[in-house]
Amino acid sequence: MASGVTVSPSGVTASHGGSRPPLRRARAAAADRRLGWLLLTPTLAILLAVTAFPFAYNLWNSVHQVNLTDPNGGGFTGLGNYRSLFADPVFRQTLLRTLVFTAVSVATQIVAGLVVALVLNRSFRGRGWVRAAVLVPWAVPTVVAATSWKTMLDPQTGFVNQLLSALHLPGADTNWLGGEWTAWVAIGITDAWKTVPFVAIILLAGLQVIPDELYEAARIDGAGAWHSFWHITLPLLKPALLVALIFRTLSALLVFDVVFILTGGGPGNTTETLSFINWREFLVSTDFGTGGAVSVVLVVLSLLVAAGYVRLFRTDEGATER
Amino acid sequence: MTGQLHVAGPHQRVTARPTAGHTPAQARRRRAARLRRVGFALLVAAIVAVSLFPFLWILRTSLMSSQEFSEGVSGFLPKHLTFSSYADNLSDENFLRPLLNSVVICLISTVLSVVCATLAGYALSRLRVRGAGVVLGFVLFAGFFPVLAMVGPLFLVYRNLGLLDSPGGLVLAYMVYTLPIATWLLKSFFDQVPRSLEEAAMVDGASRLRVLWHIVVPVAMPAVFTSAIISFILAWNDFAFATSFLQTPDRFTAPLAIVNLGQSQFQVFYNRIDAAVVLITLPVVLLVLFAQRRIVSGLTAGAVK
Repeated sequence: MASGVTVSPSGVTASHGGSRPPLRRARAAAADRRLGWLLLTPTLAILLAVTAFPFAYNLWNSVHQVNLTDPNGGGFTGLGNYRSLFADPVFRQTLLRTLVFTAVSVATQIVAGLVVALVLNRSFRGRGWVRAAVLVPWAVPTVVAATSWKTMLDPQTGFVNQLLSALHLPGADTNWLGGEWTAWVAIGITDAWKTVPFVAIILLAGLQVIPDELYEAARIDGAGAWHSFWHITLPLLKPALLVALIFRTLSALLVFDVVFILTGGGPGNTTETLSFINWREFLVSTDFGTGGAVSVVLVVLSLLVAAGYVRLFRTDEGATER
Repeated sequence: MTGQLHVAGPHQRVTARPTAGHTPAQARRRRAARLRRVGFALLVAAIVAVSLFPFLWILRTSLMSSQEFSEGVSGFLPKHLTFSSYADNLSDENFLRPLLNSVVICLISTVLSVVCATLAGYALSRLRVRGAGVVLGFVLFAGFFPVLAMVGPLFLVYRNLGLLDSPGGLVLAYMVYTLPIATWLLKSFFDQVPRSLEEAAMVDGASRLRVLWHIVVPVAMPAVFTSAIISFILAWNDFAFATSFLQTPDRFTAPLAIVNLGQSQFQVFYNRIDAAVVLITLPVVLLVLFAQRRIVSGLTAGAVK
């Protein structure tokens, strides 16, 4: 260390660093590694405390009988909680509904996001403003999104029904959040309104790194816009598409706030999602055994989704290399 | 455009020029181009309208008095515009306290997560930690960890530690929103900073930590700022933890307060709710307008190679 100061005026430093004796370099590398773990400690400790620890605790609770209303509980139940969970038709229905919601909403959001991204990728006057306008719904809290759409969909005072009646269209007296299907539509619209901007921004970044020369070359070869889209845009957009897909699939699978505020799971429990059931078990039934089992199912599902996409990504990269 | 003509060869140019706009085929093409331009403008208008219209409707509802609202409104514009809903909210302890709570909790979590993420990002980018890939993978997955799967266990622990219904419990929980993206963002930023600066200082005898503080952190300020903005927005967004852990109204965060605002026995007063919505949306809108580029570059860091 001290020798470094005397030897080098800072101009030649880079080559000096390279020619340090191997032993000292190895020692420096070891010190770096130790320091590295030290610097990582706060982040890792916090993230383990809020993810790995809850997961382990849930795992433990899920094979025990844990209910705050029953101080004598706590007995080991084996897979009992899981068995009763999967035997419960409400849970099975909810699982199915959540999966269908995830598939439908992710598909539509990706398509909508792609359209917005393609529009923003063109250069036109006021593009910066349009991009800011698009970004705003992403930045507002979900509570704001849900409350806004709840106001818009209110059967008596909401915009949607007033518009329908002003245009003499049918459905002006629809109680949107009162029916199963219309409530799901409301949830889907609200969720899409809040998250399509995010998809669009990710895809836009993907579009911007595609070199213009490729399109020009294709145009010269006589390819139409549609052809370039299929053979240039989509394949080169794949990394960004996969990022957007991972983000969206996982958060759609875990949707909670929108449901809680818009419908509270109703009518009946027809718009409950897995996360909503999980919340209900924990905070309404205070049944941390069953709740723990639901949580474990949620974590396993998200791990499967994440692993599936990562796998898809890998094999895909392999394919393009070949 | 001109480049394209060049490549296409002089041949086409010669045949295309003299008759420009006169043959029926060309007139048709020009009409098609104009049509396409109009269609594109309509598409842009539709996108902007869908993004912003709900805010206009919220604004409109928030400018009605409770009386006019409960009488039932017909028509799209209120008869009398009034700020009474705002005045009501801003003199309502059940809204002001939560607003303040939110600001404090989100600021603390933002600062904490940015500091931790700077250290972690630097370690992952520079210090050749064994298993850095695994650590990074874990950090990313933590960002996707099901929030509701955290709620139960944390509830039980907080109950024993007296952290339920307290800001401290929320700050820790909010780390799951903010820390992963901040770490990822700063790590990818450090990856792009050339090492030569640091190496020069180290050869001059500065320790790693001094280099980090005096050389790396100043260079990284833009990225630190970006991750702070995004962290704040994500923490500000929370509803699930707040609704699970908080019990007394003066401990509520703003989003939680909004859901409970304006509820009366007979009617939901959307004018009150919407005025509150406008108030908590404004700071976020301003952030987006001023830091749009930063937010976009932060969100997309690492998303595209």
